[in-house]
Amino acid sequence: MNTSAIVMMVVAMVVIWGGLALAIASLVRHGAVEDRTENVHRDL
Amino acid sequence: MSRTADGATAQPDQERRRGGFSSRRVFILAAIGSAVGLGNIWRFPYVAYENGGGAFVLPYLIALLTAGIPFLLLDYAIGHRNRGSAPLSFARLRRGAEGLGWWQVGICFVIAIYYAAVIAWALRYTFFSLDEAWGADPEGFFFGEFLQAGDVQVTADVVPGVLVPLALVWLAVLAIMALGVQRGIGATSLVFIPVLVLAFAALVVQALLLPGAGAGLDALFTPDWSALTSASVWAAAFGQIFFSLSIGFGIMITYASYVGRREDMVGSGLVVGFANSGFELLAGIGVFAALGFMAQANGVAVDEVAGDGIGLAFVAFPAIISEAPAGALLGVLFFGCLVLAGITSLVSVIEVVISAVRDKLDTGRLTATLLVGVPAAVLSLVLFSTTSGIYVLDVVDHFVNQYGILVVALVSMLAVAWALRALTGLGDHLNVHGRPRVGTGWRLLTSVVAPAALAVVLVLALREDIAAAYEDYPTWLLLVFGWALVVALPLVGFLVARLPWRAGTHLDGPPPGADPAMPADAAGAGHHEGGPR
Repeated sequence: MNTSAIVMMVVAMVVIWGGLALAIASLVRHGAVEDRTENVHRDL
Repeated sequence: MSRTADGATAQPDQERRRGGFSSRRVFILAAIGSAVGLGNIWRFPYVAYENGGGAFVLPYLIALLTAGIPFLLLDYAIGHRNRGSAPLSFARLRRGAEGLGWWQVGICFVIAIYYAAVIAWALRYTFFSLDEAWGADPEGFFFGEFLQAGDVQVTADVVPGVLVPLALVWLAVLAIMALGVQRGIGATSLVFIPVLVLAFAALVVQALLLPGAGAGLDALFTPDWSALTSASVWAAAFGQIFFSLSIGFGIMITYASYVGRREDMVGSGLVVGFANSGFELLAGIGVFAALGFMAQANGVAVDEVAGDGIGLAFVAFPAIISEAPAGALLGVLFFGCLVLAGITSLVSVIEVVISAVRDKLDTGRLTATLLVGVPAAVLSLVLFSTTSGIYVLDVVDHFVNQYGILVVALVSMLAVAWALRALTGLGDHLNVHGRPRVGTGWRLLTSVVAPAALAVVLVLALREDIAAAYEDYPTWLLLVFGWALVVALPLVGFLVARLPWRAGTHLDGPPPGADPAMPADAAGAGHHEGGPR
């Protein structure tokens, strides 16, 4: 592989997969309060 | 609050009847399952390659952040705040907007009937991979022996080799749908998505170990910076993000309505958006590594073997499988991934229709599944298990995507932003439990940037279709299964919207307690119970 292709592949991986990791970490850290009082998954 | 005496208990009970995802994790996996579909595997790699290679990363990311994720959050906000299927959610925004929801439902119904056929092909090819049934001529095998495609015409000549797997796909999907939101869609996503990621990762590793893989990755990632000055490259990036994220045609509205009221929809949206792009990147690496191997094996350049869509999956990949070491494994992984990705997307598309029927008619889960699923399956079998199935599928797919999804998404977005002026309320709703907070930037992106980008994509597509008949198909075929279909869908949608809601349906605003951003007494203001109108 040529250098520019390697650089762009790494950039894409870091930005996209890194963005995913950050998004997951942020969601977990923020920790939404789940509505456990609502039993919404009853499906008639 | 509802002005009816029993309003306070009626709404939670209604939600229990609708069903819902048991946790944030299940919802996120289901949303990823919907977004990650056949297009991620067979469309993204070629779009990236054709539009600047490595340089495409820039417009792609800009499109993701300025249009894809903001639009995804808009869908989430509409469904999560209004706690209903697409028609019910739009009706709760404003009664006259209900037709937009039914237009989206119609598009989903059409997509479902042909999408199932492609999954059926992939299912059959998973088994063909074991003994490389296509022999030395994958193209001739696919169009001739497998599909038995003849002249371009509509026939009733059934192809049993397609009919049987297609019937199996419908049986499996209807079983999932009948089980419900959590036990059907949720449970399927919990199993299928991790398996899909692991199987595709294994495929990528195998492809990267093939000789010539580096040449394929060179072709995909070598940047052509001059491409960034081309409007069509930017349109391709916005188009790819838009088509890939399952936004604008009811799916994310429906799924969001099944999520707990206190959930962080912004954070969930970011995870879904980046996960979808992450899978596309993985697919790009795997597909082009395999294409690089094929090019080297045949002593040609990668551009001579690169392709997308049906040609990539059912012609190029079988050729790669025939030449690669452990080709059967590669084939089972590739076509198995298409089946898994396809099923999780198909159930999300069908759920839009089932959810709408349930909300409108107050039917049970099984009844609605049969009411929607049986006609869909019959139409699917009649149209796509015949010798003319491939032509009808190609035309319907092209027109429904370009002028169905694209137009309804654009019209819905403009209506919500400019006619209903609902963005501030929807943004406030997202901000109650969502982080990061959305504000003026998000409103600007959803009301101006994203619609403008979609309009450009639409105009470019329209210009192309007016300049030349799509794929040189006969005019009658394009008129009947293309233009007539996309014109009929909004008409039917707004006609269905004239039918009365089941008695007691809360319309005009979110149901009581659904929107913490709104004072409780305001939720019921202008409350209107459903019924003839």
